[in-house]
Amino acid sequence: MTQRIGVLALQGGVAEHLALIESAGSQAIRVRRPADLDGLDGIVLPGGESSTIDRLLRMFDLAEPLRVAIADGLPTLGTCAGMIVLATEIVDPAPGQQTLGLLDITVQRNAFGAQVESEDATVETVDGPVRAAFIRAPVVTRIGDDVEVIARHRERIVGVRHGSITAIAFHPELAGDPLLHHHLIHARP
Amino acid sequence: MTDLVARDAASVPVSTTQTGTPLVKRGLADMLKGGVIMDVVTAEQARIAEDAGAVAVMALERVPADIRAQGGVARMSDPDLISEIIDTVSIPVMAKARIGHFVEAQILQHLEVDYIDESEVLSPADYVNHIDKQGFTVPFVCGATNLGEALRRITEGAAMIRSKGEAGTGDVSEAAKHIRQILGEIRALQAKSDDELYVAAKELQAPYPLVVEIARTGKLPVVLFTAGGVATPADAAMMMQLGADGVFVGSGIFKSGDPAKRAAAIVKATAAYDDPAVITEASRGLGEAMVGINVADLAAPHRLAERGW
Repeated sequence: MTQRIGVLALQGGVAEHLALIESAGSQAIRVRRPADLDGLDGIVLPGGESSTIDRLLRMFDLAEPLRVAIADGLPTLGTCAGMIVLATEIVDPAPGQQTLGLLDITVQRNAFGAQVESEDATVETVDGPVRAAFIRAPVVTRIGDDVEVIARHRERIVGVRHGSITAIAFHPELAGDPLLHHHLIHARP
Repeated sequence: MTDLVARDAASVPVSTTQTGTPLVKRGLADMLKGGVIMDVVTAEQARIAEDAGAVAVMALERVPADIRAQGGVARMSDPDLISEIIDTVSIPVMAKARIGHFVEAQILQHLEVDYIDESEVLSPADYVNHIDKQGFTVPFVCGATNLGEALRRITEGAAMIRSKGEAGTGDVSEAAKHIRQILGEIRALQAKSDDELYVAAKELQAPYPLVVEIARTGKLPVVLFTAGGVATPADAAMMMQLGADGVFVGSGIFKSGDPAKRAAAIVKATAAYDDPAVITEASRGLGEAMVGINVADLAAPHRLAERGW
């Protein structure tokens, strides 16, 4: 049966994830309202502006249903802003910025500096090398006890996994690398 | 809680890294999609924009409506103002350089702005050449009124395009005209046979390989925002329904009666652009919109969109 993989589609780099999911033979669903969460086999929280996505999640009453779905085991891949949205703590939040608090990590936004420091890179992950872009990327500065580090870049933690949640600071979808999407799609047998 | 240093054994080297590639320049624009970029002239306005959910701010000394009203030569903003705004907000900060003024662009790159807008809102510094944007690490956004202009800017290295509209008017008609023009010309290219694309490239005054790429993919290779005259949530949603990836709002927010409320309403309507119920709610009780100027009442020399070629 074809897997149905959602992409949170409030703001940010949504189209690239939809394209990768469809090219892997799965059905890609734009998630913009709570009802869109029904019947998903996985979800991507894309990159974008994390403070904007946070405000829109609450504005459209999507934060709580999304939190419940992921907490109930919906396989999840968060990229960049998506990693920030999943974290329990942000070092330097925008004023009033909240998170879903599902992944026991502390993240630092824009940890590599301004856009001129953004990098095109191949990242070694536990699943294999991933070609990706770091765009004003965050890093993980603290991990909870059971959180696995799956990738580092410049000696800093840029990928973590805990249970059904994978979060990365970089953008394989911009480079068209489907490795981590395949992991998400096949998370449920 | 685990000591991170103790886990460093898992550290692996990265094979190659590179800054300033098209992937990372265009990639930041991809992360802005579905969002609103707001003009701000003070750190306090930048904070209001960030609180309202802006995806980025454009730091400048005068909004286009004031540039239009006060006249004179409009230039890059004071570096102090730009640095103060960078230090105030956590979202990306853009700033404007004059068309062709590569030294203003060098300064803005040195200040570490996240995007440079080579903008017709400022007075052009060179009436022949635009900035050679390929040589910069920082990405550029450029205005365009039609597809040929957009493709010339992309060839020069622009990593994002915004349809120009007519800045500082609060009149959305030119924004509608330019986004329809660009997307309409793309649709027309898609209908052409392969042997017609040579002449299409000649007529567009754009490189043939890029024209072929557009004909095949049906879209620009970079993000396309719209700008120039957006003043209400409905204006922003209209631009999104017409096919824009996102919206720049210049004078429309901080020239209105209640900027914080209007800014948040435009963010909401941009995200829910196809939902009339949400746009209706977002449009209620916003107070005075900017007064505005009808573009038809502007004499041709005062039309900013005609700057750039």
